[in-house]
Amino acid sequence: MKPPVFAYVRPGTLDAAIAALACYGEEAKILAGGQSLVPLLNFRMLRPAALIDINRIPGLDYVVESEDGSLQVGALTRHRTLETSPVVKDRFPILNAALAHVAHLAIRNRGTIGGSLSHADPAAELPMMALLLDAEIAIAGPNGTRVLAARDFLVGTLATALTEDEIVTQVAFPPLPAAAGWGFEEFAQRSGDFALAGVGAVLGVRDGRCVEARIALMGVDETAIRATQAERLLVGERYDPDLVRAAATNARAAINPNSDLRASAEYRRHLVAALAERVLVAAWRRAEGRLA
Amino acid sequence: MSDLHRIELFVNDTHYERMVESRLLLSDFLRHTLGLTGTHVGCEHGICGACTIILDGDSVRSCLLFAVQADSCRIETVEGLGSSDRLSPLQELFRQHHALQCGFCTPGMLMTCVDMLAKYPLATDAEIRDALSGNLCRCTGYENIVDAVKAASKQRRESAR
Repeated sequence: MKPPVFAYVRPGTLDAAIAALACYGEEAKILAGGQSLVPLLNFRMLRPAALIDINRIPGLDYVVESEDGSLQVGALTRHRTLETSPVVKDRFPILNAALAHVAHLAIRNRGTIGGSLSHADPAAELPMMALLLDAEIAIAGPNGTRVLAARDFLVGTLATALTEDEIVTQVAFPPLPAAAGWGFEEFAQRSGDFALAGVGAVLGVRDGRCVEARIALMGVDETAIRATQAERLLVGERYDPDLVRAAATNARAAINPNSDLRASAEYRRHLVAALAERVLVAAWRRAEGRLA
Repeated sequence: MSDLHRIELFVNDTHYERMVESRLLLSDFLRHTLGLTGTHVGCEHGICGACTIILDGDSVRSCLLFAVQADSCRIETVEGLGSSDRLSPLQELFRQHHALQCGFCTPGMLMTCVDMLAKYPLATDAEIRDALSGNLCRCTGYENIVDAVKAASKQRRESAR
């Protein structure tokens, strides 16, 4: 359980990090929080020629609410910083709720937002939140910067649209719709474990009718996914327990979960339906001001 | 290939300067290079919590960091809490409540609790159990650890008055 030999590079600027990436190409891995990377190294499931440690690059650790109400989060922001941010608690309470489920304090103290997105674990909370909240991910590379929507960024299990010479620099969460309600639930065998399944939802409700619905699922497919059909079922409708159940059942049919040692595919489907129903009820009640 | 880096850091307020290989884990640096064997190594992939230390004020897994990353940092390990004839208040509560049997998980439990008590109210059993959920203990069944932390939390509340 000792990592293989690698060269350690600690650039002091983003440009130097990109230059180092260009130098080593696909042989390099970026070391940010290291909470997923270092276990993979210790198990020797990865043998990069070089680790490019970006922890000392200034200016990548921030949580700010911009004038348009969007939340901009620097890639080196630690999970705990985001979790405890007053802006997040006030404006994006769903993010706060989801982050509380990320592993344990010692992991959240260290793990970074950019790292979690780049690692793209299908059962991780942050990629799912990025997808649910229509986040935009800023990426820097040798040819400048580009911005990708989360749905275009997450392409598969532990796979993103990042090329080998690129690095995530920021994620921006657009403001939630006015009078939106939210819900988030996940089920894990032990507190802090990766969830067997998780569901998040944001519902906009006006005059008793759902005007916008977003539902995202995690741990049940190649990546976090949106339950788009279930979303469409809700839009334009008034609250009805049967409707919510129909949407939850629809979400269950939309996924392609794995069976593994921890849970069967069928159990994961069951969890998605049960959690989706709870989450949608909570989101609707919050949208109508009946739940804090 | 020469792959040595000079690092300097403080561990329990003592200054150290050493040459380290890139791949040397911080947990192994503390134990093997500095001889501070109070920090225990269980799983070496961030699950068991035995190697938890405080790095610049935050609890972290020392098996998920490289020693070279701790350059110019301040570290606290269990050796910084107290000694066997002069336990820290938290260690004393662990002793009083029989919050350990074999003691393997104890350094990580203690360092986790130091950070948790600094950051969280830990007012309810549920909060305390959640706080300890990243640290595995195979002896105690956790009950006595929860009791010790509850007492520490109470002590803190009373001393804050």
